[in-house]
Amino acid sequence: MSITEFLTDLLNPDLAFLPKALAIAVMSSIVCGVVGCYVVLRGMAFIGDAVAHAVFPGIAVAFVLQGSLVLGGAVAGVVTALLIAIFAQNRRIKEDSIIGVFLVGAFALGIVIISQAPGYAGSLQQFLFGSITGIPDRDLYVVGGTGLVVLGLVLALHKEFVAVCLDREMSRAMGLSVFWLDIVLYVLVTLAVVISLQTIGNILVLALLITPAAAARLLTDRLGVMMLLAPVIGGTSAVVGLYLSWSYDTPVGGTIVLVATAIFLVAWLVAPRHGLLTRRWRRPSGPEPVDVNRPAPLPGLAHPPDPSPAVR
Amino acid sequence: MRALEVEGLDVDLGGRPVLRDVRLHLDRGELVGLLGPNGAGKTTLLRAILALTRTRAGTVTVEGNPSRPGRSGIGYVPQRHEFTWDFPISVEQAVLTGRTGRLGLLRRPGVSDWRAVGDALDRVQLTGLRRRPVGELSGGQRQRVLVARALALAPRILLLDEPFTGLDMPTQEMLGDLFVSLAREDRAVLMTTHDLVAAVDSCTRLVLLNGRIVADGRPADLQDAELWTTTFGVSATSPLLKLVRAT
Repeated sequence: MSITEFLTDLLNPDLAFLPKALAIAVMSSIVCGVVGCYVVLRGMAFIGDAVAHAVFPGIAVAFVLQGSLVLGGAVAGVVTALLIAIFAQNRRIKEDSIIGVFLVGAFALGIVIISQAPGYAGSLQQFLFGSITGIPDRDLYVVGGTGLVVLGLVLALHKEFVAVCLDREMSRAMGLSVFWLDIVLYVLVTLAVVISLQTIGNILVLALLITPAAAARLLTDRLGVMMLLAPVIGGTSAVVGLYLSWSYDTPVGGTIVLVATAIFLVAWLVAPRHGLLTRRWRRPSGPEPVDVNRPAPLPGLAHPPDPSPAVR
Repeated sequence: MRALEVEGLDVDLGGRPVLRDVRLHLDRGELVGLLGPNGAGKTTLLRAILALTRTRAGTVTVEGNPSRPGRSGIGYVPQRHEFTWDFPISVEQAVLTGRTGRLGLLRRPGVSDWRAVGDALDRVQLTGLRRRPVGELSGGQRQRVLVARALALAPRILLLDEPFTGLDMPTQEMLGDLFVSLAREDRAVLMTTHDLVAAVDSCTRLVLLNGRIVADGRPADLQDAELWTTTFGVSATSPLLKLVRAT
C-alpha cells in the first residue's frame, strides 16, 4: 500500500478508528520515550517490566466492570509499584526478587479475574498484543491528558531525577527525599505503560519504554539530546509501524516494536563515535576512539595539564 | 565556635553496635584523617555527621546547630563507585547537580549557580574539561569532579570518603595537595582513607577509629605502636607500623 493510500484511509470517515489509533500510538510512544530515558539510565528495565505486568489485574477488573481500562490499569500499577518500593526496604531479599514475585503474582491475578468475564479469550488476546480497533473517544482524552501530566512532572522534577540517578547517597546528603522521588518515578513509568497498552499490548509495552531510549543513548552523550531523540524515535516507530501494520495486515503492537528494534540496530551500527561500523570506517584515518569505559590516563605527568575539551 | 562537634555518638546498624561513644571535633583550617580497618565504622561516622543514619545516642553539632541533610553547609564527597559514571552528562552538569538540594523544587539554576560551578571547576583545575562526558575521565579526574560537586555549595566543612582508593601515586599526591590547600583556605576537612602514608604525610591531625575513637592527635604524637596495633588488629611486627613510623 502506498503512503497516499494510507493517508486516504486515515481521512476516511468509515475508518475513524485508524486516526484514533495513530494518535494514541504516537502520544503514548512519545511519553514512553521520555520516561524510558530514566528507566534505561537507571538500569530499571525490570521494574518497567514488572509495572507493565502489574497493570493487568487492574485492566481485567475494569474490563469485567465495564470501567475505564486506563484508570483501572493505573490504579493496579501504582499499587504494585508502591508494594515493590515498600517490600524492597527489607534488605534480606534483593529488589529484583521482590519485583519477580509481584510481577508474576499480579499477572496471575489478572488472568484469573479476566477468566470470569464471558468470552474472555478474544479480549485477552487484545490486552496481550494490542489492537487498533475499539478505542473509545474518551480514551483519546485520557491518554492525552495523562501524557501531559507525565511530561509536566518530568519537566518539573528533572533535576531531582538526574541527581538521584547519578548518586543516591549524595542526593540524600543534599536533603532530597530519595524514597519519594523513586515512588514518583515508578508512578510515571506506570502511567506511561498504561496509556500505551491499548495499541501495543501488555507483553510488548516494555519495548516502547526501553528501545527508543536505548537507541537514543547510543546516538548521543548528552542527556538533553537523548530525551529529545527518544520520543522522536518512539513516535516515528509508531507512525511507520502502524502504516506497515495497516498495509500488510500484521499485528500493530508487534510491527511498531519491530520498527523500533530496527532503529535500535541501525543506531548500534552507525552511531557517531561508538557505532560498530562507524569505528571500522574511521580506523584507517583517525586515531582509535576513546573507550568510554576505560579512562585514558596521561602517563609521565605528575600533574597532568588538562587537555582541551573533547571535540563535540 | 567549632566547625563540627560530635559528642557521645552511638550508632547501631541492623541491631549490631557499630559506633560507641564517639567524640570528635573539627576546626576550620584542619585536614583530619579518619583511619581504621574495614568495618571500623568510618563511612558510618560520616553518614551520622550528615544525619543520614539513625543514631542511638549522642549529638552532631555543625557550627552550633544540629546537623540536617542539605541544611548544614557540609560538602560531601562519597566514594567514587556511588556515582553512575556511564550517565550521559558533562563535567559541568555533574558539578551543577551538587546544587540541586539548595535550589529546591521547580527552580532552575541561574547565574549564581553557574558561577559557583565555574569557581568549583577552577579550584580543582577541571575548567578545560568542563564539557567532556564524565564517562571519558580518568580516575583522578573523576575524583576531582566529585570534589568540585561538593565545592559548588561553597561548604565550610568537607567530608571525603576514601578519595584515594584505586588511584596511582602521582594522582594521590596531586589530590593530597588539593585537600591540604582546601583546608588552608579556612575549611574544615575530614577524610577517611586506607592510605596511611598519605594521611601521615599531609593531615594536620589523625583520628584512629575502630568502633570507638582509639586515638586522636597530630601525626607526630601518634608514634606509640600499641595505638596502631589496637586500631587495626595487627601484630607488633606488622609492616603497617613501619609505614606510619610508629615504635
